[in-house]
Amino acid sequence: MPTVSMTVNGKAVSAEVENRTLLVYFLRESLGLTGTHIGCDTSQCGACVVHVNGSAVKACTMLAVQAEGADVATIEGLATNGDLHPMQEAFRENHGLQCGFCTPGMVMAAVDMANRHDELDEKTVRAELSGNFCRCTGYHNIVLSILAGAKAMKGA
Amino acid sequence: MTETGIGASVRRKEDKRFLTGLGNYIDDINVDGQTYAYFARSPHARAKINGIDKETALSMPGVVAVLTGPDWVADGLGLLVCGWMIHSKDGSEMNQPVRTPLATQSVQFVGEPVAAVIAETLEQARDAAEALAIDYEPLPSVTDLRTAVGPDAPQIHECAPGNLCYEWEIGDKAATDAAFEAADRVVSIDLVNNRLVPNPMEPRAALARFDPATDEITLHTTSQAPHVVRLVMAAFLNIAPEHKLRVISPDVGGGFGVKIATYPEEAVCTWACRKIGRPIKWTADRSQAFLGDSHGRDHVSHAELALDKDSIFLGMRVKTLANLGGYISAFGSAVPTYMYATLLAGQYRTPAIYAEVDGVFTNTSPVDAYRGAGRPEASYLIERLVEVAAREIGIDPAELRRKNFISPDAFPHETAVGVSYDSGNYEGSLSMVLDMADRAGFEKRREEAKGRGKLRGFGISAYIEACGVAPSKIAGALGAGVGLYESAEIRFNATGSVTVFTGCHSHGQGLETTYAQIVSDLLGVPLENIDVVFGDTGRVQMGMGTYGSRSLAVGGSALVKAADKIIDKCRKIAAHVLEAAEEDLEYEGGKFTVAGTDRGITVPELAFAAYVPHNYPLEELEPGLDEMAYYDPINYTFPAGTHVCEVEVDPDTGEVEIANFVAVDDFGRVINPMIVAGQVHGGIVQGLGQAMLEECRYDAESGQLVSGSFMDYAMPRADDAPSFEVALQETLCPHNPLGVKGCGEAGAIAAPAAIINAITDAIGVRHLDMPATPEKVWAAIRGAGAQGTQAAE
Repeated sequence: MPTVSMTVNGKAVSAEVENRTLLVYFLRESLGLTGTHIGCDTSQCGACVVHVNGSAVKACTMLAVQAEGADVATIEGLATNGDLHPMQEAFRENHGLQCGFCTPGMVMAAVDMANRHDELDEKTVRAELSGNFCRCTGYHNIVLSILAGAKAMKGA
Repeated sequence: MTETGIGASVRRKEDKRFLTGLGNYIDDINVDGQTYAYFARSPHARAKINGIDKETALSMPGVVAVLTGPDWVADGLGLLVCGWMIHSKDGSEMNQPVRTPLATQSVQFVGEPVAAVIAETLEQARDAAEALAIDYEPLPSVTDLRTAVGPDAPQIHECAPGNLCYEWEIGDKAATDAAFEAADRVVSIDLVNNRLVPNPMEPRAALARFDPATDEITLHTTSQAPHVVRLVMAAFLNIAPEHKLRVISPDVGGGFGVKIATYPEEAVCTWACRKIGRPIKWTADRSQAFLGDSHGRDHVSHAELALDKDSIFLGMRVKTLANLGGYISAFGSAVPTYMYATLLAGQYRTPAIYAEVDGVFTNTSPVDAYRGAGRPEASYLIERLVEVAAREIGIDPAELRRKNFISPDAFPHETAVGVSYDSGNYEGSLSMVLDMADRAGFEKRREEAKGRGKLRGFGISAYIEACGVAPSKIAGALGAGVGLYESAEIRFNATGSVTVFTGCHSHGQGLETTYAQIVSDLLGVPLENIDVVFGDTGRVQMGMGTYGSRSLAVGGSALVKAADKIIDKCRKIAAHVLEAAEEDLEYEGGKFTVAGTDRGITVPELAFAAYVPHNYPLEELEPGLDEMAYYDPINYTFPAGTHVCEVEVDPDTGEVEIANFVAVDDFGRVINPMIVAGQVHGGIVQGLGQAMLEECRYDAESGQLVSGSFMDYAMPRADDAPSFEVALQETLCPHNPLGVKGCGEAGAIAAPAAIINAITDAIGVRHLDMPATPEKVWAAIRGAGAQGTQAAE
């Protein structure tokens, strides 16, 4: 069994995995970082979104060994010293979550979206969310949360 | 209203853990020594099982046990029963096929659990399950509702001739027939309420552990009603007595009705963990969710409306075939009967209604409650029928509704299908929503769109629902096997903080916040000093769980009753401490004051006095401040409202864009407007999913589930939906202490008709069945395929 090493939320980690182990299982089972969720088996739902080397990736569609040497960020690493990241705060302020299951992937996708766009509007946000399902909120407040969070990230 | 009390849009207390990845969902939980269960499921829609050879599977690496239906029966365990008895027209009881959690002699749907393989790792369990030699003898199957009641259909269950579970009726047939005789006009419609897969984002899961020291089994399960699961496992499944069974529903990622029933997988894990002496963990993947979760809706109906020359409704007749699936699920019998047909009056005065519902077995997953549970089916049918009638007559659809509404001063109103609506202002909702949606300007917008080659349409959906399930006596008389009260305990600590224990369950509804708001408001305790606990039968008293929009109407009422008991006790303590007569004390916002003075004492101070009873009326009053209440509702509640939808259709592609969607809802008193709006948004998009995207489909020939993943089942995405304008009206519920009606299901109930009414208006067709996909809309524009004229048998 190969050993895989990477940085996760700023910490160097190393563990034995099977070749076929998906990154999401590595995070959840080997590292105990259960904030990244599994909601489907066809890569559509987005509950597993994390950042690998600064970009949003679906952790269910990547093997752990493919993340060798990578810099991985999960939802658990977003807040700093107990203070919520502006995007997390925006979701809370705008009621952008209900059951919370899609939320980690949604927030990580949102941060990535905000990183890639100078300015976001409703249409762009909705299009960019095509890889993230939510069954609870109807997306209305998620859109508001992302627009507010992106603004806050830019220090507005 | 205070900043944190009733009526305030308080930001949610539970959000912190969800936003930081610290939620406690069952698949997140691992225990020492746990094994993994994988279920071998039937690949056939219908088959005999001639035998199962465990030998190969048992010899594979890591396999701890292989368990089958015969093993379950041999251990003396029970049956998965239906919790609601329905009687047919002739008075006979419904036909109930026997079901064990693992199939014994036959299987009735693709995906039915047949065996459980338990191994050290999930992969080992899965590999062994695939190696399990199950001798199936495939039989002819039927998955389509209409085919199942036809003359050539295979007979699925011996106990159910013609594949009929029941032939049920409600209403006055003679009066309805007379109304139709006297009618000046009869409008009829045939429609389908399409089968849906609810798909909460968290798949079902279970983790079961046996403690040999205490003989106690602890089951973590994704349930909306853990106490009911415990009751079912003790009383019907015979797995363990209630006092030796602890059921915990921690964080659950959405329910929508799917997570109410007690399922085979959790029953097997609970049984097996003691049998093998190891903890067992099971998590469904999404494919298994499609196969194993209960599905929703699936009706075929023929409906007729009788009107007089002034377009007043004289009577309504409905005949519905309801697909129950391969077995009757826990509440599957009641959803298309008592939760459906009793709402067929809608918001209208219609004096005579008669409905027949045939519950039909097919070789598909069992069908049970899904957000709205019967009320979306009723509301869709009525509002399509009314809309079609308006267009046929040539009268404004809003005007036709206005003429027939129950007027605001006519409550309580007894409908022709046996329910009594308590309060409402339907005319008010309609006017408000039409104003907000600028209906007056619609024709101009339609013209403008036409100039761009697009077709615009406007659809109205006036809905009503019965929520706050349910008065136990009424439910019992109608066939329910359980009571439907709710419980709450308010426990003060000596230092003034509070823990609230509720028998309801929050899986997205925000009860940790709204219940705290209520307690804060009534007892004057700061919000941050109140904790709300639910979902653990080891900590919380008996409760019936969350579904049917009952957490405030029933759960909140129990909470108020418990708070009243707290206040009563505090009054006595306060009288003693303040050396005043009880009658001379005034109470407001958590503080007792002696009338006409500035002497007072707060509830938290009284809590301390109760736990350190030195200055205390011990001769008359026990120490402590901890009160429990059970509340059995006096009646259902009847939230109602009107949703409208404006669409723009591209005739070249059939694509439908929702240009505007406005909702006006009357939920009675609203505790947290932000949370309520969120419930409406979520419900509307589920309704949109039904109307435009989602369809659970089985192959007619093979009975295979064709829409078995998110690749084939079109879940609504963010760009399928618009933003919404939602507003509230408030006519208080007269029969519960908070005056609340419930809001969780409204959007899913109202939205489908609003959307289909708008689309049919846009493209000028009489009817279009859901989902109104671009392909269907495109074909309908070109007149291909007559819609809405096939008779339902």
